Amino acid sequence: MSDVVVIGAGMVGAACAYYAARAGLDVTVVDRGPVAGGTSGAGEGNLLVSDKPPGPELDLMLVSLARWAELDADVGGFEFEHKGGLVVAATGAGAADLDALVEAHCAAGVQAERVDDPRDREPELAAGLAGGAFYPQDAQVQPALAAARLLQAAGLTVHAGEVTGLDVRGDQVVGVRLRDGVIPAGHVVNAAGVWSGELSEAFGAPVPIEPRRGFVLVTEPMPPIIRHKVYAAEYVANVASGDADLQASAVVEGTPSGPILIGASRERVGFDAGRPLGVLRRLAAQAVALFPALAGVHALRAYRGFRPYCADHLPIIGPDPRRPGLFHACGHEGAGIGLAPATGELLAALITGTPPRLDPTPYAAVRFAATSGGRR
Amino acid sequence: MRYDVAVVGGGPAGLAAAAEAVRGDARVAIVDAGPRLGGQYWRHRAGSEPAELRRARSTADHLPNSPVWFAEPGPGLGFRLHTPGGPVRADRIVLATGAHDRCLPFPGWTLPGVVTVGGAQALLKGHGVLVGRRVAVAGAGPFLLAVAAGLAEAGATVVGVFEAGRLRGYAGHPRALSPAKLVEGGHYARVLARHRVPYRRGHVVVAAHGGEAVEAITVASGNRRRRVEVDALAISYGFTPQLELAVALGCDTRLDVDGSLVVSVDDDQRTSVPGVFAAGEVTGVGGSVLAQLEGVVAGRAVTGQPGDPRVLRQRQHARRFAAAMHDVHRPPAWIEQLADDTLVCRCEEVPYRTLRQAVELGATDTRAAKLLSRAGMGWCQGRTCGPAVACLTAHLNGRAPTAADHATFANRPLAQPVRLGDLAEPATPSE
Amino acid sequence: MTFTFDGRPVAAEPGQSLAAALWADGVRSWRRTRHNDEPRGLFCGIGVCFDCLVVVNGVAGQRACLVEVRDGDVVQAQP
Repeated sequence: MSDVVVIGAGMVGAACAYYAARAGLDVTVVDRGPVAGGTSGAGEGNLLVSDKPPGPELDLMLVSLARWAELDADVGGFEFEHKGGLVVAATGAGAADLDALVEAHCAAGVQAERVDDPRDREPELAAGLAGGAFYPQDAQVQPALAAARLLQAAGLTVHAGEVTGLDVRGDQVVGVRLRDGVIPAGHVVNAAGVWSGELSEAFGAPVPIEPRRGFVLVTEPMPPIIRHKVYAAEYVANVASGDADLQASAVVEGTPSGPILIGASRERVGFDAGRPLGVLRRLAAQAVALFPALAGVHALRAYRGFRPYCADHLPIIGPDPRRPGLFHACGHEGAGIGLAPATGELLAALITGTPPRLDPTPYAAVRFAATSGGRR
Repeated sequence: MRYDVAVVGGGPAGLAAAAEAVRGDARVAIVDAGPRLGGQYWRHRAGSEPAELRRARSTADHLPNSPVWFAEPGPGLGFRLHTPGGPVRADRIVLATGAHDRCLPFPGWTLPGVVTVGGAQALLKGHGVLVGRRVAVAGAGPFLLAVAAGLAEAGATVVGVFEAGRLRGYAGHPRALSPAKLVEGGHYARVLARHRVPYRRGHVVVAAHGGEAVEAITVASGNRRRRVEVDALAISYGFTPQLELAVALGCDTRLDVDGSLVVSVDDDQRTSVPGVFAAGEVTGVGGSVLAQLEGVVAGRAVTGQPGDPRVLRQRQHARRFAAAMHDVHRPPAWIEQLADDTLVCRCEEVPYRTLRQAVELGATDTRAAKLLSRAGMGWCQGRTCGPAVACLTAHLNGRAPTAADHATFANRPLAQPVRLGDLAEPATPSE
Repeated sequence: MTFTFDGRPVAAEPGQSLAAALWADGVRSWRRTRHNDEPRGLFCGIGVCFDCLVVVNGVAGQRACLVEVRDGDVVQAQP
């Protein structure tokens, strides 16, 4: 009998499995697909502090950044890139807001510096931007490789299977039920990403996770004309928005292998993958507005992913009081890659009962426990 | 302007479909990526149009240099095809986007001077240039004969045609060979004989050697290996259909007998998406005669004309030949020829060992293999390495390749590269 | 007609692609790969494989097998 079953072999599931194994627990990871088969395989691999205003999410990210540095040293092999993030404001009002954010970030322990002329940092930027801020801690990894390497480092392989429900004795979780069997375990971790909500309902312990669609444009390989991750200041507001309609603002970055990645859009359209052209046009237009030289560069492909969006903009990490033995590690929206190590470390501490590094209260599942269990 | 029918692709299938649709009184446009009609099969130099191509022309509008980078239904009924010159609106579509050479990696295949069979043909027919002075033509399929004959007639020394199939299998398909096919094959055979070009069945090029360009190849037959000096090698194993638009529009696909992913069509060449028809290599690699027949059927069906029973019979016969051809000209056991450092993905320079490591890291499907190895993520977006990577991923996972394996690479919302400046054009009100 | 390739004049016939004209001139490769610095020239010949990239009149990422030569074109190796 395993100590822990982790449902989901994405970045968050892999981190939970890694830290649980490090804590000496016997772990089984189960997924109906391969490693990084969901959102982890569809994102850019961002590790950002710059897009998180001071608060519990930023606190989690600062811890996670430190864990990422350790993982790069201990595990490695996932193209960790100290890229740095440059936030640019197009208007005077935007620049003033950015200044205020930089001040608040510095007070919260984030390295941030105002930039009067963003073209000092990024010569290819359009002229006339009102100001900017540089965040040297912003970084990047290749998320599929990161998830795979963590599992490999923990000596774990993914058990192929689709979880259909919890195995419960009385109120106590004793394992998970699959289509073709059962995995007994005293602790079950719901790290099913965008499907966490659906799974939690099947478990009788619903948490509100919804998909938030995003597209990325990938250009042909280019010489390194863009040095950092560059994004418009409106991006932060978009992340924080609860609006279901299209939120899109420019995020542009070069990669070591050459292609330039262009995002970022957010829409709540369920799992609909269709009708992307308007969004792609918007992304292209915003990118060209920031970097006029991109007009002649070809987009080679576009791909989309669904961010696991939690209604109150904080991930859910910890035990679910409605089902003793069930834990959640989900709802990270677009910050799952960056937040994964801190999530995994926190979850392992909560499972083993060791004092966690962070106050787990803001992420606790209990904030949804008023929702009655059982399928609707 | 809004068309009744937009035919995507100006090769044999597309031209035939357009001509039939014009006869059905429809407003028809041929939307073609190239500067001249003819596709791959009737590739020619400006000013020297093949007679067959001339006969295939019709009064359909011709939109050249118009690669469709995005295809979508609507607004309302019909479809919109986005090209660099602007969107083309049509009530119905015939997809005739053809196929390109199917490549299998082997040691030395990235040496300059190693080209696809189609590439050697394009150089000769399209540009009047010989791919080399001492050329080996290799791989599988009747196309090898045609290209080798062309090269020999143009003055190249063709050191041999090395066909992986043993061709005994044609005896197992007696009804598949028509007199026309035998005559065609006989014609090429006579050309090769006249130029003393050896045609070797059951022979496989297993390696290419050289420094800055290919200088020699190793040909294997059974347990025997022979080194042959060349300055060019034209090699490919059949064709792989270009399915981006079909997949983007939601058409059902299936694995054909040659292992390629193709668009599923009914007897009227209808795909699973109402209003979308497909003809030619995209429905299954089968050569230009079958492509033209399918084009005729599609062109009639898309304009509501009744089918021609004679054409339907000919199509059935041509399909049977295609099936026989695939059965006979099978690729060899190529996977065992791969060395650790043989590049599997040319664009991203991914060696076989990296793909193996990806599977060891947990890649059970092609998408994961791509993510964990970068194979298929370069400029060509898997058009060259896709079939091989799909087969290798399946093989390394101890199973046969499925349609899903191949579909990963066929799934390209942006069907062709598009300038960000063009993409950034403001949306039309209805988008 | 003539174009220059890395400064050197190359003859071409009307309607030929850059790749064909270079090939006729005896040139087999005009690009080196990013990681292994290996030579590449023409492979698929029909614009699908993107091996044959060159810079034409200052614009990078052109497929030499698709671009028709014009008199006076300045062609350089793709960086």
